[in-house]
Amino acid sequence: MGDQSKLARFEQNILPHLDAAYNLARWLTRNEHDAEDMAQESYLRAFKFFEGFHGTDARAWLLAIVRNTCYTWLQQNRGRETMASFDEEIHTIENEASNPARLVLKSDDREVLKEALEELPVEFREVVVLRDLEELSYKQVAEIANIPLGTVMSRLARARERLKRILCSRLKEKP
Amino acid sequence: MDCTNAQTLLDGYLDGELDPVRNLEIEDHLHGCAHCSQSYSDRQVIRSGFKTDSFYFKAPADLQKRIQRSVRQAAKAEAPTRWLSWSWLRVAAPMAATALVVLMLVPFFAGPSSDELLTQDVVASHIRSLMVDHLADVPSTDEHTVKPWFNGKLDFSPPVDDLAKQGFPLIGGRIDYLNNRPVAALVYQRDKHVINVFVWPSNKTRQTSSSIKAQQGYNVIRWTRSGTNFWVVSDLERNQLEKFVELLKRSAPTLSS
Repeated sequence: MGDQSKLARFEQNILPHLDAAYNLARWLTRNEHDAEDMAQESYLRAFKFFEGFHGTDARAWLLAIVRNTCYTWLQQNRGRETMASFDEEIHTIENEASNPARLVLKSDDREVLKEALEELPVEFREVVVLRDLEELSYKQVAEIANIPLGTVMSRLARARERLKRILCSRLKEKP
Repeated sequence: MDCTNAQTLLDGYLDGELDPVRNLEIEDHLHGCAHCSQSYSDRQVIRSGFKTDSFYFKAPADLQKRIQRSVRQAAKAEAPTRWLSWSWLRVAAPMAATALVVLMLVPFFAGPSSDELLTQDVVASHIRSLMVDHLADVPSTDEHTVKPWFNGKLDFSPPVDDLAKQGFPLIGGRIDYLNNRPVAALVYQRDKHVINVFVWPSNKTRQTSSSIKAQQGYNVIRWTRSGTNFWVVSDLERNQLEKFVELLKRSAPTLSS
């Protein structure tokens, strides 16, 4: 009986967050097929550890598992995906920021924004996805990504600066 | 506020994560600074760009069914012991008898017994509850709030009594995980000392009287009564903790399931 109710509680509390789980997995893996695998594996892990879930924020709890599952996968499959090149660009970002160009997004520029987000290093992509797409608070993002609150804010700042830079240069190139 | 500070806090402002004082300061700065207000409006443009369906990937239609199927399989695999029947028992009984003999011998030449491991677990749970701000999921000094909170979270209902009058106020409850099962943890306090009381049903009907142990500077007292295991752990000194246990025993009659 105990296991019956565990399954029922799991299906009631965790299953409804499938879109959130898939969305995060899709942005972290950057392809549909692996995202489905990651979502499925995350759900199995979540079920295994479900006894340990005592909180009320089921979505954040599940997303932390999805995030860890995806990171394990990334380490195994994308060993070279690092943030090295990103760090070198901080200074140029600041220079550019002092030379303001008004940013305007037309509806067909959204594809450019989407590509720009996909190209961000994974540590920066995840905070944007969790904050701006999943609309989670800094506290929730900090818990999911296992980083301090201040780091959430600084990563968001750098991610958004970088997105802006890519957008400005690509939209200029466009005819 | 200068530009460096404003730029640092700009994202927190955009996301509504700053305190009211900082909010006012940054609004003040944005009014007078074209450069920072430009950065701010660029961020707004980017964020509004995300607010379309094409950025949020919805799970494919069949994924939910696939996941549900594999989780249900995992649930079945987790509960095989329930299928044991009498015919199994006839085979298993002699094996169990052998195992029992082995188990009785083990403590003489093996590592820690299951009892010692459980004591370690109880102490570790106590320490963890103090460290990570996870003392209580239901912080309340009212037994009538704490007791119903456990309903539906556990398959038994722990006895909850406030002992504030006797100098051990109840401060809350939470669910913990011990001995491979979820257990009720009741939190009491004596001055600055926190007392965790772990409660779960016992499969033994035999009563056992209190036994006390000291481990890593904590005192652990345990007993079994009316089919219920009680484990009490605290850094409180021994005679005080024994007094608490006496009070608890007097007021906590049985476990209703």
